[in-house]
Amino acid sequence: MAIDKHTGMVEKRGAGLWLTHLGLIIGVLFIFFPIWLAFVASTVQQADIVRPPMPLLPGGHFLENYGKALTSGINAPVATMLFNSAVMALGISLGKIVISLLSAFAIVYFRFPGRTLFFWLIFLTLMLPVEVRIVPTYEVAANFGMLNSYSGLIFPLIASATATFLFRQFFMTVPDELAEAARVDGARPMRFFFDILLPMSRTNIAALFVILFIYGWNQYLWPLLITTDPSMNTIVMGIKQMFPSGDDLADWPVIMATSILAMIPPVAVVIGMQKLFIRGLVDSEK
Amino acid sequence: MATVTLENLHKSYGKVAVIHGVDIDIKDGEFIVIVGPSGCGKSTLLRMVAGLEGVSDGEVRIDGKRVNEKEPMDRDIAMVFQNYALYPHMSVAQNMGYGLKIAKTPKAEIDTRVAEAARLLQLEPYLDRRPRELSGGQRQRVAMGRAIVRRPSVFLFDEPLSNLDAKLRVQMRLEIKQLQRELGVTALYVTHDQVEAMTLADRMIVMNAGVAEQIGAPLEVYANPRTAFVAGFIGSPPTNFMAAPDGGQIGVRPEHVSVVAPDAGNVTGRVQYTEPLGAETLVHVILENGETATVRQDGTVPIPAEKQDVGLAWDKAVEMRFGSDGVRVDAR
Ligand SMILES: Nc1ncnc2c1ncn2[C@@H]1O[C@H](COP(=O)(O)OP(=O)(O)O)[C@@H](O)[C@H]1O
Ligand SMILES: [Mg+2]
Repeated sequence: MAIDKHTGMVEKRGAGLWLTHLGLIIGVLFIFFPIWLAFVASTVQQADIVRPPMPLLPGGHFLENYGKALTSGINAPVATMLFNSAVMALGISLGKIVISLLSAFAIVYFRFPGRTLFFWLIFLTLMLPVEVRIVPTYEVAANFGMLNSYSGLIFPLIASATATFLFRQFFMTVPDELAEAARVDGARPMRFFFDILLPMSRTNIAALFVILFIYGWNQYLWPLLITTDPSMNTIVMGIKQMFPSGDDLADWPVIMATSILAMIPPVAVVIGMQKLFIRGLVDSEK
Repeated sequence: MATVTLENLHKSYGKVAVIHGVDIDIKDGEFIVIVGPSGCGKSTLLRMVAGLEGVSDGEVRIDGKRVNEKEPMDRDIAMVFQNYALYPHMSVAQNMGYGLKIAKTPKAEIDTRVAEAARLLQLEPYLDRRPRELSGGQRQRVAMGRAIVRRPSVFLFDEPLSNLDAKLRVQMRLEIKQLQRELGVTALYVTHDQVEAMTLADRMIVMNAGVAEQIGAPLEVYANPRTAFVAGFIGSPPTNFMAAPDGGQIGVRPEHVSVVAPDAGNVTGRVQYTEPLGAETLVHVILENGETATVRQDGTVPIPAEKQDVGLAWDKAVEMRFGSDGVRVDAR
């Protein structure tokens, strides 16, 4: 083993290196194979799938299947469902970030009556995920007329104790002197928040955005409850809705095309934010 | 440029009083050092002047105007913090100009002032760097630059050199003094290092447990400490104290004592160990009654052997006498 000067990582040489790579490649193939099968299934015709053996190489119906999925789908066009999912995932992740940044700011930097109480209340809700409070939450959302609406998809999931807690911990590592220096420099609290705290939290925000976007995108149970109108379906629950009930035949190529399409946005977000995301997880920008 | 007046200044946290009434009139352009052991309330006092800490009782006046209720930004002060408190995501130039930017100073004016401060502090090559790409000494300079560009009337320093290595500390000490003279700004400087206090101060406030034990010019404080605490704190090595027959204490500075033959001194003792420092030698002696004393003698004077019985001699005129409450009784 040797220390690589450029990356600072411990590097293996010789047989160890090959074994490591072999192990990783097998692992990747293992994970990737089902996805490959789904992709193959999305490029052939229904008949090819139901007749064994299953094809292992892509067929020639890529455009046809994906076009059909995007424009008409089975219950609703996949394009609509993708858009709904995007609105929901962005709404949840951005909303959660804004709210938790502000609540963490209040809890760490202001002394107000009941500060500790509020902190513990927020902390308590960590133990109450959507699934636990789903009936009362549904009741409230329904009474507000939020069924089949974007606000119904977003608002009940928008408060985040986890994110508030994370930002609180981060803010507490920011030296008090920094806030005092800003005060001497003439920055009022919100100015300090925007000019100093926010840029310093940049990588944390990016990392959290990736995690929350995927969380929002993958929501299944809540959209299933709150949307009955197919045009408000999100894609993750929409896939399940595509499965036939009773004796109908499943249109597997279109379902598989939809699955592949559903995977693309989260992957794009992860890849697009990779650099910031990894920095946010690995080092604390101080 | 301004005068600063502290009048009967008190601070308590809840029921715990940490500052017990400090009074001082600081002249325009004066360099005041607040010195004392850790936890004695130096920072608290400075932060009350800065406006970062509320005043429990008494008054802070800057240029004759009461500022107790004013925010730090409205007090015409600038502060240099112990850990520099630079904004990590801003360049050196942005760090220095941030206060001006908030005050809505025109961009051109900010640039001129930052450039001027950078020249004064030899920071010109680093203006585009982030704080983390600078050495400790350079960060310290940026913190000073941030204070300078605002052209405040009063500079406040809270142990600004304590994170630097010894050599840099001496150098920056000189630079701070020079800069303050050049700019003619009134300065309050907190330190626990009595050497820093002696070299920088026009006048110093020696604090102990929230009380200003003595306020005066460094040499005056050194020559005429008003309390046993001041005598022990100012001067290195510290003053030797010996019990006096009346229940008080007699203090003699190590530099005023010499090692003589056992029968020729005011007291006798045995050499415990010696520290030859080249220019001078410190001789540590255990007296007959168990007290310890230090002699600071010139490096050219022969060094006594360890375990040797010696006498310690001094001129009675340099003795300082303190009452049992620690206050000087042989008033001068
Ligand atoms: N926010 C606070 N609450 C309670 N006590 C405090 C607070 N800040 C400082 N103190 C106390 O006040 C005293 C003086 O503190 P400080 O001014 O920081 O001392 P110094 O700067 O001389 O080391 C200390 O005993 C400290 O424990
Ligand atoms: Mg302090």
